[in-house]
Amino acid sequence: MAITPPANRLWWNEPVERTEALWIGIALLWAVIMFVMMPYWHIYGQQNLSTEAYKISPDAYTEKVEAFVEKYKIREEGDTGIPVVKPPAGADIYMLGRLWEWYPILELEKGKQYRFHLSSVDWLHGFSIQPTNINLQVHPGYEMVLNMTPTESGEFGVVCNEFCGIGHHTMLGKIYVK
Amino acid sequence: MSELESGKSGGADEPVPFMQQILDNPFILLFLGVAAPSVLYTVWGVMEVISIPVAQ
Amino acid sequence: MAATHEYRVCPDTGFKIDLQADKLIKWNAVTAIVFLLIGGFFGLMVALTRWPTVHLLPADWFYLALTAHGVDILLVWIIFFEMALLYFASSVLLQSRLPMPKVGWFAYWLMLVGALLGNVVILQGESSVMFTSYVPMKADPLFYVALLLFAVGALIVCFLFFATLVVAKSEKTYEGSLPLVTFGAMVAAIIAVYTIASGAVILIPTLLWSLGLISHIDSLMYKVIWWGMGHSSQQINVSAHVAVWYAGAAVVFGAKPISEKVCRMAFLLYILFLQLASAHHLLVEPGLSAEYKIFNTSYAFYLAVFGSMVHGLTVPGSIELAQRRRGYTKGLFEWLRKAPWGNPAFVGIFLSIIIFGFVGGISGVVLGTEQLNLIMHNTIYVPGHFHGTVAGGTTLAFMALCYWLVPVLFRREIWAPKLAQWFPWLFGLGITGIALFQMGAGTLGVSRRHWDMTFADAPLSYDYPAAAHLLMAANGVSAVIASIAGAIFCLQMVLTLLIGKKREGAVPVASDAAEGLTGHGHGAGLAVPGTFVLALVFLTSFVLYYFVNWKYLSEIWLLS
Repeated sequence: MAITPPANRLWWNEPVERTEALWIGIALLWAVIMFVMMPYWHIYGQQNLSTEAYKISPDAYTEKVEAFVEKYKIREEGDTGIPVVKPPAGADIYMLGRLWEWYPILELEKGKQYRFHLSSVDWLHGFSIQPTNINLQVHPGYEMVLNMTPTESGEFGVVCNEFCGIGHHTMLGKIYVK
Repeated sequence: MSELESGKSGGADEPVPFMQQILDNPFILLFLGVAAPSVLYTVWGVMEVISIPVAQ
Repeated sequence: MAATHEYRVCPDTGFKIDLQADKLIKWNAVTAIVFLLIGGFFGLMVALTRWPTVHLLPADWFYLALTAHGVDILLVWIIFFEMALLYFASSVLLQSRLPMPKVGWFAYWLMLVGALLGNVVILQGESSVMFTSYVPMKADPLFYVALLLFAVGALIVCFLFFATLVVAKSEKTYEGSLPLVTFGAMVAAIIAVYTIASGAVILIPTLLWSLGLISHIDSLMYKVIWWGMGHSSQQINVSAHVAVWYAGAAVVFGAKPISEKVCRMAFLLYILFLQLASAHHLLVEPGLSAEYKIFNTSYAFYLAVFGSMVHGLTVPGSIELAQRRRGYTKGLFEWLRKAPWGNPAFVGIFLSIIIFGFVGGISGVVLGTEQLNLIMHNTIYVPGHFHGTVAGGTTLAFMALCYWLVPVLFRREIWAPKLAQWFPWLFGLGITGIALFQMGAGTLGVSRRHWDMTFADAPLSYDYPAAAHLLMAANGVSAVIASIAGAIFCLQMVLTLLIGKKREGAVPVASDAAEGLTGHGHGAGLAVPGTFVLALVFLTSFVLYYFVNWKYLSEIWLLS
């Protein structure tokens, strides 16, 4: 029994029963398939997270964001006057997470690639574009850089999905894709 | 039953197979269980974080 | 030395039990159940708040309750119970004296003080930092002190466990190799050592930082090391509940592992690779290489998942074999139909295997696939997954074991045994609902750890699909069901101790029925064809669900 020492002193020498052997083969095969899927997708898939990132101070990053907003701002929105920014296709986009907003609002073109930069100036935030459902982790002190191509038009919410204090549930951004 | 029987130990003096000796030794297993994730996960992970370059 | 130890002989199992170990098992298990009750209550509050039309707690209390739920269930309940299991699997199963029982009591009090302090500090409201306590969000220094005290206590018990193995071997209290259940508990203890070491490495500097003695803790570094503790602590649970599965099969059916070698090799894969899954939490972080993520998130080529798939076959397989020896050999499933469906210990363990495999296991692999994590990270899919593993797998297995263990240890009959028959079904149903509805809502993008999915106070607006609201309501209903079941369990355990009928005589554990009649290895037949069919059903669900999620991934925006 499993609660007593093995009856056979040299249990290692017992042959493996057929059902187990068969299942071991099947399970190993499945393990290999699942493993291969990840490198496979890196080569043939179109949704892979870039590993480009830099260490950066929150102040230096904020400056980049402000310069970006200044350059491409087209209007303001909401009671607090959040800038809406429309960069040209292929441009670098600097987006900032802070308590408790995603800054600025973006207006993008469908089917065009953008170079996204993401960072936080205070705590951890979760960058979650809905309803397309892309979820990234944003750290203070790290600038993540990735290429992103919106494939559908519409109004998208950017939810913060990493707990960031009492106002966490009000941290909501916006991306328009036209 | 015959196969099971054939696998049974011949006598009390038959040596314990190598893999069974490993599996019977808690301290080798403890070492492996701490060393493997420490190297593969923790140390490698810390190296990854340290090697992230500083922005221009 | 050994002479000073007093023993009693357990009438049910025939085991010689060291009275100190006996007492430590009881105290650790009962304390665990008390914290299960507290943590479960906080969980119900969380679920009722996330039920959009109920929305029970205000935001600050919601985050407080969520922090307490995480700490009390993921750490306190489970680890206290695992301490009881470690004493049981070493001192009782090896029929050995427990060396240094005073140290065991010292560890118990350290853990209890840590657990109580943690709860007090969280309730004071200045430490609503979630179970993960990611920096640079700061908790009260006593929050980290509480976690450290608890962890040190648990580490001491792990060392006592290894000391007991040494004593038992040198005093020859058993012959040959460790029993499989003890081996599984040892795997849990090994993983616990790595877990607690990781916790110390990160929480000690974090404590100093919260006291103002260190100026900065890197948030990415914190996450890497913290998850060495955070995820590995759940891998202690996996090893421990697999050991409990084997123990349940043994005491209910007299089941014998089909092959010791296969079971132990599967455990060896746990020792080597299970802890690498800590990388599941780092798949969408900045800057980590794809090689690091792929190797670690796949537990090195999915070898630990493979280990779990093997246990998933060998545990029910050993039951099928034991039942077939008893003569239940008709067709594929007579062995299962004739199982003791009125016995909560069996039903609980059976449901634990099913829920852990089908719900928690499959979703865990999908969630931990490098690219698939993009469509799930930090959504409520994540708690959906781990309610399938920790609540449906570990907690249900431990609760089920209590229905056997408590009457045996305390020599009392379970209070209201008819009620006990309902318990595993009700709890299994509630937890499966929680897991599946949360996973569904997560697939629709609903955030975890979020007070208001309507964003009523936000300057901008976003509406989740109506189905997401419905799923969160269904999650609330499921949580109520699971809470009722949990309350039944806690009530039964407490009343059994207080007013349960004293047991006379003994109910011996199932014996190793007619071992000589085993048919394995005969001709072309499989020894456990029913289990094999179940395993194939599992594999089919796994493969389908896995590729459905790649399909979902292929539909999101392009990323490179």
